[in-house]
Amino acid sequence: MNKKPLALKILDLVSIVLLIAATYLSIFVAPMERVMGNVQRVFYFHVGTAWVALIGFIFTAALSVIYLATKNLKWDRIQVAAVEVSVVFFLITIILGSIWARPAWNTWWTWDPRLTTAAVVELVYIAYFMLRQGLDDPNKRANFSAVYALIGGLSAPITFFSIRLFRTIHPVVIAGTNAEAEGSFSMSGGMLQAFFFALFAFTVIFIDLFWNRIRLGEAQAKVEEMKINAAY
Amino acid sequence: MATKASHPNSLSKKEAAVGGYFKAISAIVWKDLRAEFRSWELISAMLVFSLLALLIFNFALELDVKTRQSVTAGVLWATFAFAGTLGLNRSMSIEKDRGCLDGLLLAPVDRSAIYFGKFFSNLAFMLIVEAIVLPVYSVLYNTNLFQPGLIAIILLGSVGYTSVGTLLAAMSVQTRTRDVLLPILLFPVAFAVLLSAVKASGGFLNGADFAEISFPINLLIVYDIIFIAISFMLFDAVVEE
Repeated sequence: MNKKPLALKILDLVSIVLLIAATYLSIFVAPMERVMGNVQRVFYFHVGTAWVALIGFIFTAALSVIYLATKNLKWDRIQVAAVEVSVVFFLITIILGSIWARPAWNTWWTWDPRLTTAAVVELVYIAYFMLRQGLDDPNKRANFSAVYALIGGLSAPITFFSIRLFRTIHPVVIAGTNAEAEGSFSMSGGMLQAFFFALFAFTVIFIDLFWNRIRLGEAQAKVEEMKINAAY
Repeated sequence: MATKASHPNSLSKKEAAVGGYFKAISAIVWKDLRAEFRSWELISAMLVFSLLALLIFNFALELDVKTRQSVTAGVLWATFAFAGTLGLNRSMSIEKDRGCLDGLLLAPVDRSAIYFGKFFSNLAFMLIVEAIVLPVYSVLYNTNLFQPGLIAIILLGSVGYTSVGTLLAAMSVQTRTRDVLLPILLFPVAFAVLLSAVKASGGFLNGADFAEISFPINLLIVYDIIFIAISFMLFDAVVEE
């Protein structure tokens, strides 16, 4: 195992500092939303985690294509890292959204297009890990995972449109208006600051975790290789 | 195709290749159907399962006249989906267990021909089961499900479901967890096809205007095309040794 690079060590520290700063900004600096009150502060982390998770998922689909074209196991390790970190962030998004929805919509959960799509997407990537668990051969595992991640990535937009058959109440805060949305608001200066800072902070945190996870995957591959060598 | 095969010299190479491709597909479909019509193990399992599912739905949802109107489409599609995974799993397990898949892969045909062969035979099994479940449901609940619109939706939905199901079944039978894994892999991906199929079928059954059901129908068509195309391209990666 090669030593942890200095850049990654610095990034670890920066991530921690950014997380603390983003928490401070969203709790103490951003003004309180007039109608929803303090619970609206969940929004900064909700969008922050959603943003990185969704980018992670799109990235995953691209990695599938790259892996299938090159058949280099390196891309598989990167893909697992991306999926794993994204799944966790997306779960946080869903939980935070639920916490906000309780006071704002008066329910923890509703089968709204975005919520349903989120649940289905999360399930696709949980299934992805169950698929991986059932396979021992690294090449086959990488092949199957790439195929499944690609299919899952393609099905997500179709799922979203299919639930548009029913009306939505999820607010579109950025660039968009939805007359039926409940719990919508427009952001003032302090809010925008906290919002963009949270986006930035989570992007850095994501990259940090992603990098660490790739290193973990490399170590795992090495262990697997050593086990095989020891067996013969 | 029969006439083409009888005059091989009059064909260009490309046409001969295309003819061979369709021949390979039909050979696989023929093999599956023949094996099935001798043993009946797949269709009978799917069918008995479907009837039991209807029985359970009947009591779980108390399908009286009023509820029936709103849930018929959902009951049908839930039944088809579960029976479908049963069939897909079995049809691929048979290939894997008896080493048939290796034999198929050794055959000098394009790998995607194997995919289409399995796809068409799985689709045939699913349609046969549906063709029996529909009249049974119609008799049991005194409704007429034989409407051309509904049948077209069932066809579209089954095509989408089995197209991606065949690919995923080819993957899941090669894993350690095999039988458990297929529904877990398939349902989140096929969620959209089931949802639009339910919406469109329900629309037809309740006599909604076409404007209302054209969106789910378009979505079904889009889904079918995308998933047949992607499975066609990716099948090779799934079966290679």
